[in-house]
Amino acid sequence: MKLIFEKSVAGRHSDILPKCDVEPVELSARFARTDAPALPEMAEVDVARHYTELNDRVHGVNCGFYPLGSCTMKYNPRIDEDMAALPGFAGVHPLAPDYATEGCREVLETAKKYLCEVSGMDDMTFQPAAGAHGEFTGVLLIKQYHDARGDKKRTKIIVPDSAHGTNPATAAMCGFEVVNIDSAPDGCVDLEALKNALGEDTAGLMLTNPNTVGIFDPNILEITRLVHEAGGLCYYDGANLNAIMGVVRPGDMGFDCVHMNLHKTFATPHGGGGPGAGAVGCKDFLKEFLPRSVVMDGEGRIQVRSFAGNFLVTVRAVTYLLTLGREGIPEASQNAVLNANYLMRAIQGSFDLAFDRTCMHEFVLDLSEYKKETGVSALDVAKSLIDYGMHPPTMYFPLIVHEALMLEPTETESKETLDEAAAIFRKLYELGKTDPEPMHAAPHHAQIGRPDEVGAARHPVLRWQKPEE
Amino acid sequence: MSYVPSTGDQRKEMLAAVGAADYADLYKDVPAEALLNRPLDLPEGMSELEVGKAMSAMAAKNVLFPTVLRGAGAYDHYIPAVVKSIPNKEEFLTAYTPYQAEMSQGVLQSIFEYQTMICEITGMDVSNASVYDGASAAAEAAAMCRDRKRRVTLISASSHPDTINTVRTYCYGTGDELRVVPVKDGRTDLEALKEMLGADIASFYVQQPNFYGQLEEVEEIAGLVHEAGAMFVMGANPISLGILKSPRECGADVAVGEGQPLGMPIGYGGPYLGFMATTAKNMRKLPGRIVGETVDDKGERCYVLSLQAREQHIRREKASSNICSNEALCALTAGVYLATMGPEGLKEAASQCMAKAHYLAKELTKIEGVDLVFTGEYFHEFVTTLPKQDEVLKALEDAGILGGFPVKEGVLWCATEKVSKCELDRAVSVVKEVLAK
Ligand SMILES: Cc1ncc(COP(=O)(O)O)c(C=O)c1O
Repeated sequence: MKLIFEKSVAGRHSDILPKCDVEPVELSARFARTDAPALPEMAEVDVARHYTELNDRVHGVNCGFYPLGSCTMKYNPRIDEDMAALPGFAGVHPLAPDYATEGCREVLETAKKYLCEVSGMDDMTFQPAAGAHGEFTGVLLIKQYHDARGDKKRTKIIVPDSAHGTNPATAAMCGFEVVNIDSAPDGCVDLEALKNALGEDTAGLMLTNPNTVGIFDPNILEITRLVHEAGGLCYYDGANLNAIMGVVRPGDMGFDCVHMNLHKTFATPHGGGGPGAGAVGCKDFLKEFLPRSVVMDGEGRIQVRSFAGNFLVTVRAVTYLLTLGREGIPEASQNAVLNANYLMRAIQGSFDLAFDRTCMHEFVLDLSEYKKETGVSALDVAKSLIDYGMHPPTMYFPLIVHEALMLEPTETESKETLDEAAAIFRKLYELGKTDPEPMHAAPHHAQIGRPDEVGAARHPVLRWQKPEE
Repeated sequence: MSYVPSTGDQRKEMLAAVGAADYADLYKDVPAEALLNRPLDLPEGMSELEVGKAMSAMAAKNVLFPTVLRGAGAYDHYIPAVVKSIPNKEEFLTAYTPYQAEMSQGVLQSIFEYQTMICEITGMDVSNASVYDGASAAAEAAAMCRDRKRRVTLISASSHPDTINTVRTYCYGTGDELRVVPVKDGRTDLEALKEMLGADIASFYVQQPNFYGQLEEVEEIAGLVHEAGAMFVMGANPISLGILKSPRECGADVAVGEGQPLGMPIGYGGPYLGFMATTAKNMRKLPGRIVGETVDDKGERCYVLSLQAREQHIRREKASSNICSNEALCALTAGVYLATMGPEGLKEAASQCMAKAHYLAKELTKIEGVDLVFTGEYFHEFVTTLPKQDEVLKALEDAGILGGFPVKEGVLWCATEKVSKCELDRAVSVVKEVLAK
C-alpha cells in the first residue's frame, strides 16, 4: 500500500484553525525557517482513509487470540477508554493549582491503595512510563539506599540468565556490574549459583517470579533471605504479576521493591507498543528515595521523566481495579493460571513442553527435538499460526530454552478459544511431520510474506525520501 | 467482575481436565508461609455502570479552566477531531509492539511515516519510534553522546526543571557528571558555556524555545560546542518548528523534544511522547525501536523492526538503552496530527501561537507593575513581573482562566492558537481589575 506521502497532493489541506484575530509577529531572520517540512498535504477524508487502511493491517486483541507470552495481552475494557477521555481528566494541566487537581490526586491515591495491597508494598510512584522505566526507577532505589548508608562497595546486581533483556540493561544503566547466573534446569534460581554470586559487593538481585518460563520458584523465600543476608536488596520484575494477584504478594516473598506493568496486568491497552505505565512500589525504608517532579513537588529527589507519569494510563488501570475489586482481582489471576494449564495440557502430546509440570499464567514449548526430526523450527510454527488468524506466541524467549514458543493465554480467553488454539497447534504438529515445506515459507495468506530482515539491517532505509524532481 | 468469559461449569471442566481439584491446587509451588490466605483488603468490585459513576465523580473534583494561559512543558493546543478518533480505533489501540511483521504492517508503516515526519520537522536523517517523553529523551540523548573519553554532560539552566532533574538522574545512574550552565537574562550564558566546554565534555543540551520561552542563540551555541569537539543536543518544541529553523539547520547533532503538543491532551502530565532524531552518522547510537523498509519474499515493499542489534533483548547489559515498550500510540497520534495540519497548518498553528503570546504580552505590560522580565525574542511563552501574584492568579481562575505559572523570576505565561483575542482581552481585564484595587 502507498505511504501517506505518496498520497499527498500539493495545495490540499484541511481547515482546522480560524483566521488569526491578532496582529502577526515576524521572527528575526536568524531564527526563521525558510524551508517548509515535506509533511503530507491532505484533506481530512484522505487522512481518515489512509489510517483506516493501516488499521485494517493491524492485529489487536480485539481481532483474535494473542497469546504473546510475557506481555499479558488480555482484553482491554472499553469503559477504561471512556474514563480516560473524560475532560475532567484529559483536560487537567499538570501544573494547575492543587485545589483544581484533587480528582487526579484521588485517582493516584486509589491506584496506590489497590496496588500496594496487591503487591504487599508500602508506597508507590506512578512516574515511570513502562516496565523497563520502572526497573530503572526501582534499581535506582536500591542504589540510593546503599549510597545513603555510605556502602560504596556494593557494585553488582545479580540477574539470572532466564531474565528479560531489560533487567541486565537496567542494571547497567544504573551503573552496576551485571552478574549473570545460570538457572537450574527447571528455569528456577540455582541456589548454589546464587550463593556463589552473593557477597559484600552484592547490591541486589533482579528476579521475575513466576519466572520467565512460567514457573513459580518454590525456593523464593530462601532466595530473598540469602540476598538479604548478604546485605543486598531484592527487586521484583512484575511482568508476571497476572499469575498471582490476591494469592501471594511480592512483599510477602521478601522483595523490597517492585514494578508493575499497568499495560499488562491491569488491562490498559498496549497501543501498538505503548504507552504503558510502570508503577513502582517499595517498602517503607525505601520510600524516601522515590522519584518526584521538580516543577510539581520541588527539588531533592530523583526523577525519571516529567510530571506525574502516564496519568491517563493510570486512570484506565484504576477503572479496571475498581471494577474487579476484592474478589475479581484474584479471580482474574486464578483463571489466567487455569487457562494456561488447560491450554498446555490440550497441546501436550504434540509439541514438547519445556517443563512438564503445573505452570502459572504462561508456559513454554520446546521445539528443539521436533526441529531435529522435521526441520520445522519455532519460527516456522509461529509464522504458520498467522495463517490461522492467531498472533504467534513469544518466540525464542527466554534464552534458556532453545526453539522456545511461550504462550500466555490470559484469563479473558474462553474455553472455546483455547480448544480452537490447541487444535491448530496439533494440526501444525502433524503438518510439520508430513508436509513441512509450506511451513518454511509461511505465512501464505498474510499481509506480506516473510520480510528480508537482514537486508533491512544491512541497507537501512528508515524514512521516506522525497523523490528527486 | 473480572472479564473472564468461561462459565462456572466450564471452569470446573477445565480444572478437572488439568487434574486440579480447585484453584489452590494450581498454586502448589507457592510456599505455604508466603500465601496471602486472606481476602484482599479492598472494596468489592463494581458493575460498569457503577464504576463509570465513581470515576466520573473523581473527574468532577478537578476544576477545568476553559482558557489556559499556562504551559511550562504541557501545552493546551487545539486537537482536531480526526486526531482523537483515529488512535482510538480498536486494532491500533489493542495491538502490541509489531514483533510479527506479517500481521503488523499497519503499525509498522504508521511508525515509518512518523519517523519520516519527525525527520522532516527536525531536518534530521533518522528518528526512532519514540521514547517516553521529552525529559527522558534528553537523558537518552546525553547517554548516546558519551564515550570513553568524554563523560561529562552539560545542560543549560534555561531548560525545563524536570528535564534537568531527569538528565541528572540518568547521569547519577551511570555515575557520570552533569554540569549546569548558568543563565543570563533568561538565556544560556554563552561566556560561561565557553569556559565550561572542554576535552571531557560529551554534549551540551539546550532547549529552543527555552523554559522561559526565550529563543536561544542556537547557531552560535552549536559553533561553540562543535569547536570543543562535543555534541550538540537540541530540545525542540515541535509546533514551533512550523516557523523556527530546524535543529539540523541550527547545527544540532541530536534533536529531541516533547511531542505532546502534536495532538495529545495535557492529561495531568501523560501519556506524552519523546521524540529523538539524529544524523546518519549517529544512526547506530540511537536508542529505542526503529522501523525500516525492506521487501518480503515476493519482492513487495514492507516494513520491519530494524537495527535490533542495539537493543536490550539482543545486547542485554551492553544495550544502548533498556527501553522496550515506548509511546507508539502517541507517535501515531503525532503522525495523524501532522498529516491533518500539513506543512501550512503547522506553520499557521506556530504563527498563531507566537502572535497570541505577543498580543497577550503587549496588553499585559500596559498595566502598571507588569513588565517583561527578559529582553530576548520569544515564541509563545514569556515571563513578567506580577504584583499581587496570588490574588491575580486566583481571580483569573475564578473567571475560568488558568493564568501563568509562578516561577522564581515572576510569572511564566503561555498562549497557543487555541485562545481567541476575546479570551486574552478578558484575562487582561481581570488582571487590570485586581491591580487597580
Ligand atoms: C519479564 C519482563 N520484564 C520487563 C519487561 C519490560 O516492560 P516494558 O516493555 O513495559 O518496558 C517485559 C516486557 O515485555 C517483560 O516481559
